[in-house]
Amino acid sequence: MANYILKRLWQALICLIGISVIIFFLSHLSGDPVLLMASPEATQEDIEELRRTLGLDKPLYVQYWVFISGVVQGDFGQSIKWSKPCIDVWLSRFPNTLLLGSAAMAFSLIVGILTGVLSAVKVGGWFDKFGKIFALMGQSLPVFWVGLMLILIFSVNLGWLPTSGHGSWKHLIMPAFTLGWYFTAATTRLSRSAMLDVLDSEYIKMARVKGLPEYLVIMKHAFRNALIPIITLAALNLIMLLNGTVITEVVFNWEGIGRLVVDAIFARDYPLVQCCVLIASMLFIATNLFVDILYAYIDPRIHYH
Amino acid sequence: MISNDNVLEVQDLKTHFYTSRGVVKAVDGVSFALKRGEALGLVGESGCGKSITCFSLIRLVPRPAGRIVGGKVLLEGEDLLTKNEKEMTKIRGKRITMILQDPMMSLNPVFTIGEQITETIRVHQKLGKMEIWEKVKEMLRLVRIPSPEVRMREYPHQMSGGMRQRISGAIALSCQPSVLIADEATTALDVTIQAQFLSLFKEIQEQANLSMIVVTHDFGIVARACDRVAVMYAGKIVENAETRELFNNPAHPYTIALLNSLPKMEMKVDTLYSIEGQPPELHALPPGCSFAPRCSHVMEICQREYPPQKEVAPGHFARCWLKG
Amino acid sequence: MEHILTALPWARRLTQVRQILRHVPVVSVLILLVFIVFGIFGNYFMPHEATKAHFGDVLTPPMWQEGGSAEYILGTDHLGRDILSRIIGGATISLEVGFIVIFFAGALGVVVALLSGYLGGRIDAVLMRITDMFLSMPFLMIAIVLAAVLGASTKNIIIVLVTLGWAGYARVLRGEVLRIKERDFVLLARVARCSKTRIMLRHIFPNIVNTLVVLGTLQLGQVIIAESSLSFLGLGVPPPAPAWGSMVGDGRDLIFSAWWVSFFPGMAILFVVMSTNLLGDWLRIRLDPKFRQL
Repeated sequence: MANYILKRLWQALICLIGISVIIFFLSHLSGDPVLLMASPEATQEDIEELRRTLGLDKPLYVQYWVFISGVVQGDFGQSIKWSKPCIDVWLSRFPNTLLLGSAAMAFSLIVGILTGVLSAVKVGGWFDKFGKIFALMGQSLPVFWVGLMLILIFSVNLGWLPTSGHGSWKHLIMPAFTLGWYFTAATTRLSRSAMLDVLDSEYIKMARVKGLPEYLVIMKHAFRNALIPIITLAALNLIMLLNGTVITEVVFNWEGIGRLVVDAIFARDYPLVQCCVLIASMLFIATNLFVDILYAYIDPRIHYH
Repeated sequence: MISNDNVLEVQDLKTHFYTSRGVVKAVDGVSFALKRGEALGLVGESGCGKSITCFSLIRLVPRPAGRIVGGKVLLEGEDLLTKNEKEMTKIRGKRITMILQDPMMSLNPVFTIGEQITETIRVHQKLGKMEIWEKVKEMLRLVRIPSPEVRMREYPHQMSGGMRQRISGAIALSCQPSVLIADEATTALDVTIQAQFLSLFKEIQEQANLSMIVVTHDFGIVARACDRVAVMYAGKIVENAETRELFNNPAHPYTIALLNSLPKMEMKVDTLYSIEGQPPELHALPPGCSFAPRCSHVMEICQREYPPQKEVAPGHFARCWLKG
Repeated sequence: MEHILTALPWARRLTQVRQILRHVPVVSVLILLVFIVFGIFGNYFMPHEATKAHFGDVLTPPMWQEGGSAEYILGTDHLGRDILSRIIGGATISLEVGFIVIFFAGALGVVVALLSGYLGGRIDAVLMRITDMFLSMPFLMIAIVLAAVLGASTKNIIIVLVTLGWAGYARVLRGEVLRIKERDFVLLARVARCSKTRIMLRHIFPNIVNTLVVLGTLQLGQVIIAESSLSFLGLGVPPPAPAWGSMVGDGRDLIFSAWWVSFFPGMAILFVVMSTNLLGDWLRIRLDPKFRQL
């Protein structure tokens, strides 16, 4: 077990270093930040001076080293657009994304698991059909379009919900649904197939042979076992939500990390872009690692190689 | 001690499967009786309908494809096939129960052994927590699980196959059932563990005067554990006799072939006898006797008509034209 | 036997349902055919030129609405461009991006999977770490950065999506290769002294084609969505080209007054992606019954 965890940690670290290299070089290819930072009337010499003070005249690998040692100490550099440390800007936006993400997650888990389980219990039934269509739509619809259509229906035509911004729970409904739908689809399909697998197993037969009433067979014996893959997926989804937030936040003008990245790109604020993408990757990798270890812990039957 | 009253009487049981390839008559008119305290062996090749027969008895035929389409299953005089699902839930596990084939798969991996025995007692008997706890310990002791207090807090994956199968046994016995069905319960075990398990169960069965149906394809198990044998072929029971009688005077060519295919200790065998051909496909049975295509004594009538049951000796029944 | 089957109402219904299920991909295939035909021969079907502005007819509603005209069946956008023509034109872009990305990402994935899975050892370790790395990147964010760095163009979008898309194939196919490599015919080929390249290409590759096709089909929809998402953000196919994503983006600020500008292109995406998903699921069941999850 300890060996397994160490190995996974090591792999995660390598992964992270690789990604940081990619992100670093990418953002350095996106244009000369010095030209953006310098005032319009700066002379060539001023620009060179600025370049030197920022350390941008050094070779790239030196710059990378400076950058990465900063990151290790929690310093992601200065945002050009906001003129303050990137990490501060990030921290000020993160709670919003967290709120949106949790709401979407809660929605997708409740609806997805419920639909999936009920579909599996009665394959081909009313719920199964509804679940299939709902899941298919969720996986086929572009997030940005769903968002716009919700605005069209609930804000423009019905006038029930505000189009954008945040504050009350009303602001949260449409973004959370938009973001959650895709994951609901994945959760539904997985819950259904996990439940079907479990219901097909010998121990479910055994539970019936023992004369347990059907609700105990389903809710106790089957669901507990199906929950293992469902939880894994949920944990992975949590981080996938970071992807979806980009579009959702843009559509609903939600002041979170996703919009921050897009704004930073258009403002050519490369340190900020770098910071956001790197932190997102870190969260992503950390969650993956956590899920793997958790999985091995929950289910001792897992074979580590 | 075998008494004369029948605990279980199965009459003309029919279970069919409706598949896209046609109707599969997995169980096609099976009748037999089980006396109190008797162990009945149900023998046949895989796919002959043994397991489906057992699952039909407790009304757990895989749905929606499988259906019991006719017959009677009389458990202590009550027809189980007329019960609704709710009544069946109360009977299953309490009065008639089963040990499944694969001990590695049949216990739920996420609950403790104790919990899995406890819940069976809880749904069938009104007992206090402490009483149930005591009872679980008693059951574990009965199936010779060492240090039951420790073991009942453990999970299935912490135990060996033999131990798990004994735990399945403890679950099955926990409500003192009238009938216990063991569906290939020893097949997945090692040979030595198999023998252990068998003698343990034989002992428990004799002590508790339990009636058992032992489903197997192994005549060795039949010889050791069963008082009576029913041989199944293609959904029908072709021969039914007391164990000794069947071994000494097998009547049906299929039974004879099965017995001949056993290796014998006293003989030095170069080649084992095997039955020619394949078991028939149950969705396309030939008219007449279904064993006819593989039978070495096949006659013209065998191709046309299924033989009726005939008592070839007292208490020894067979379905074969040779004896008719 | 047949009459027993039809005598039972539920059995009959089951057969009917099965028949319908068998026909579901027909609808998908039809939609995809229309999509492909529009994608290739779109020019012949367009009532108007896709990029031509008609400033006299700005924001005309669809023909069945008040103020609409048969001239512009699905209405016009803020520059007076015909929406229907643009949707047909958009098919070309989605088709091009979709298929090229699938082809190159799939090819790259196959190569990595074969090398990694068959050769094993250090090559496997290195390739799989790289694959892991690509799989654990926040896809859309990196795509946005990459698109911004490379600049908006159809070619760059393809590069971005291939770069970020191959790893999924590599991961799944490697598993397949590992399984197949232990099979007898591969061992036999090895005994017969076939070269490694030959074993990989002639013996293993044909056995992963099924999985590859399923993955590709399922991925097609995702690629189309990714491309349209980038275009929606203004980082994809540059204007005035009629990419579906940017059309929805055009309508974003018009949602209060002209819903049709973003509604119809979105429907186009929905239909195409739904069809590829249905077809992919169907193929998955047909080609590989073990491939059940997700």
